Amino acid sequence: MRVNVTVNGVAHRVDHVWALESLLDFLRERVGLRGTKNACEQGECGSCSVYVDGVLVCSCLVAAGQVEGCSVVTVEGLDPSPVQQAFVNAGAVQCGFCTPGMVVAAHCLLADDPDPDDLTVREQLSGNLCRCTGYQKILDAVHLAAERAGASGR
Amino acid sequence: MVDINFGRARPGGLLDLSRVEGLDSWELIDGGRTVRIGAGASFTRIIDELGSLCPALAQAARTVGSPQIRNRGTVAGNLATASPAGDAHPVLLACWAQVEVESAHAARLIDIDDFFVGPKRSALAPDELIRAVRIPAAAGPQQFAKIGPRNAMVIATASFALNLDVAGQRVGTGIGSAGPTPLRAQAAEQMLEEALADRWDAPEAELARPLGPAAREHSEQERANCPERPVSAANKSGNDSGADIPSRLSEGAARQFGALVAEAASPIDDVRGSAAYRRHALSVLARRTLNWALADLSEAERPVSGANKSGNPGGAAA
Repeated sequence: MRVNVTVNGVAHRVDHVWALESLLDFLRERVGLRGTKNACEQGECGSCSVYVDGVLVCSCLVAAGQVEGCSVVTVEGLDPSPVQQAFVNAGAVQCGFCTPGMVVAAHCLLADDPDPDDLTVREQLSGNLCRCTGYQKILDAVHLAAERAGASGR
Repeated sequence: MVDINFGRARPGGLLDLSRVEGLDSWELIDGGRTVRIGAGASFTRIIDELGSLCPALAQAARTVGSPQIRNRGTVAGNLATASPAGDAHPVLLACWAQVEVESAHAARLIDIDDFFVGPKRSALAPDELIRAVRIPAAAGPQQFAKIGPRNAMVIATASFALNLDVAGQRVGTGIGSAGPTPLRAQAAEQMLEEALADRWDAPEAELARPLGPAAREHSEQERANCPERPVSAANKSGNDSGADIPSRLSEGAARQFGALVAEAASPIDDVRGSAAYRRHALSVLARRTLNWALADLSEAERPVSGANKSGNPGGAAA
């Protein structure tokens, strides 16, 4: 199967894609973008979160063929984002494995709600697990990113 | 996809129907009395757009997985899997929904009561696909509640939906995760219909929820209210005794309703909970949703109505 897809603004035409291949494997193995992490492969952990046509999804639950003609944005495509800088400054990165998914989900959250309250952040990041349990710093990072965006006059 | 990722399923190919025109949207049919939800409409869309027309379904949708899952998951997907734990199922039962299915040679409507035939087994024939779900627009208070170890990402240990159809003077119920299939608590419905008999005759205009396209305008505001919902529900669930609820139902009647719901379940012991816990949880969920619904009803009876403000988080953990 051939898949035509735009990833982070770059058009890709990939041949010999397996019919049952996940978007996650496609991004990591065919496009070579390893920022999107593979952990649970069942939509529980959110570490494979990406945007497909602007919608936040778990790439492990999307078949590669389903993104034909779509625009995919991965964590690499967000770089450099104020969210990433806030994660660094707030100490929201421990082992780092959940970070790409957290950053993409936080980016999506802040795009919808530039000044979220704590409950909203918790709810919107509820599909992203951190095995280091560094949630408090992650919440701090999201609020810091929101604060900075507000201060910069958005 | 999970079964494929884990090597449990190796289908010869996959068919992506998500681009079929119109499948991802919803419309009003029957002169605005029924909401027809396309098989591809995501739970996120239901939360954003159907809070007024299908309040219990929107509540249940809010308890599904995570934002990522709700962006992809659908009611039709819930139905096709036919798990007893599907979050939409209790609501579909409580609202007397119909499933619109189609094959290459015929289309038919399946009443929700005939749809679930066993654990993960439905009345869907091998060559049939779900095209849409038809749900009567709410004509009175509806509530959904779910119990699990966490507020997010949980498969329900037990769940319950209640629909007070003021216009039709009927009560609808649905039980999830406490039997081989989602179940209806028939005796409980009957008991509540009798207990509410004098209540149904209150001024109809105030009781019935907004119907028709005008109701769509409420959705934006409802979305704005969403983050606050768990807070308001926390206040409400504090009233579990029912003492402060302005209702004409005695606490005894609420307890009887809870007991009848628990009796209607046929739960098993499994990793998520024991049968006894599930029965007990259901009796609590039934009373709780009843109190919420009666509070909605009382609110609607007041001149300045705010019937939609009383959401519950659905995922309230025990």
